[in-house]
Amino acid sequence: MLQGIAFYLLATVAVISALLVVTARNPVHSVLFLILTFFSAAGLFVLIGAEFLAMLLVVVYVGAVAVLFLFVVMMLDVDFVGLREGYARYLPFAAVIAAILLVEMIVISTAVAAGGAAAGSTGPITATADASNIETIGRVLYTDYVYIFQAAGIVLLIAMIGAIVLTLRHKPGVRRQDIHAQVTRDAKKAIEIKKNVETGVGVSPEELL
Amino acid sequence: MIGLPHYLALGAILFTIGVFGIFVNRKNVIIILMSIELILLAVNINFVAFSAYLHDVAGQIMAMFVLTVAAAEAAVGLAVLVTFFRNRGDIAVDDASVMKG
Repeated sequence: MLQGIAFYLLATVAVISALLVVTARNPVHSVLFLILTFFSAAGLFVLIGAEFLAMLLVVVYVGAVAVLFLFVVMMLDVDFVGLREGYARYLPFAAVIAAILLVEMIVISTAVAAGGAAAGSTGPITATADASNIETIGRVLYTDYVYIFQAAGIVLLIAMIGAIVLTLRHKPGVRRQDIHAQVTRDAKKAIEIKKNVETGVGVSPEELL
Repeated sequence: MIGLPHYLALGAILFTIGVFGIFVNRKNVIIILMSIELILLAVNINFVAFSAYLHDVAGQIMAMFVLTVAAAEAAVGLAVLVTFFRNRGDIAVDDASVMKG
C-alpha cells in the first residue's frame, strides 16, 4: 500500500516535471525541472530495489550532467525568446505524433508485461542479507561484463578528450612561458658586443633594436 | 500492487515527452539535448524494471552503460554547442547548415 502511494507520487512528479522541462520558457527552469525528474527516477529505482543505480543517477546526472547544462545555459548569452519561434505552429503536429507513440508503446508494453518473459513474475527482486544490490552488480560487472566495462571507460576518456579538443582555444597575442626557447637560449644568441662605439657618444636605444 | 506494466507505462510516457520536446523545441539545441536525456532516462527505467521483475541483474548493468554513454553524449554535445555559439553567436539549429555542399 505504502509502496503504491510512493510509486504514484514519484511517477506523477517525474511526468509533470518532464513536461515542464520541454515547455518551460526559461531554460534555467528547464534544467532545474530536469534535476527534479532525475531525483524522482532515482526514488523509483530505490523503490524497485536498484539502489546502486539510484545513487549513480543522483551523482552522475544531478551532480555532473545537470550542472554542466546549467553552466552552459548560464554561460552562453542566447536570445531564448527568439528560439521559441514556431513553438505554437509545431505544437498540434507534435501532440498528434506523441499521442500515437504513447498509445502504441503502452499497448506493446502491457502486452509484453502480460505475456513476455516477465509474465507471472513474483515481484521485484529484494535484497537479502548476504547479497545486497551493489554486491550482486559488482560480482557480474567485474567478471562477465569486464570488457564492456573497459569499453565504457574508453568511451568516457574519448568524450573527455573530445570535449577538451572542441572547446580549447588559443588566443593570439597572449604571452606564455616558452620552455624550449628558454632552455635553448645561450650567450651567443642573447648577447651582442658592439666594439666600434665612440667614447663619450654612446649608443642610442634605436640603434640597439 | 505495483507491477511491471506500471513501470513500463512510466517509461513510455517519459519517452513520449522526450520526443514531444524535440518536436516543439526544434530551434533550441539545449532543450533538444535535455529531451534526449529524458529519452535515455525512460530507457533506463525500462531496463531497471525488467531487471527487477526478471530477477536478472544484467538489465541494471546495461542501464549503467546507457548512463555512461548519456554522460559522454551530454559532454560532447555541450562542447559542440559552445563552439557553435562562439562561431555564430547564436544556437538556432536552422543556422547549423554551413557544412552543406
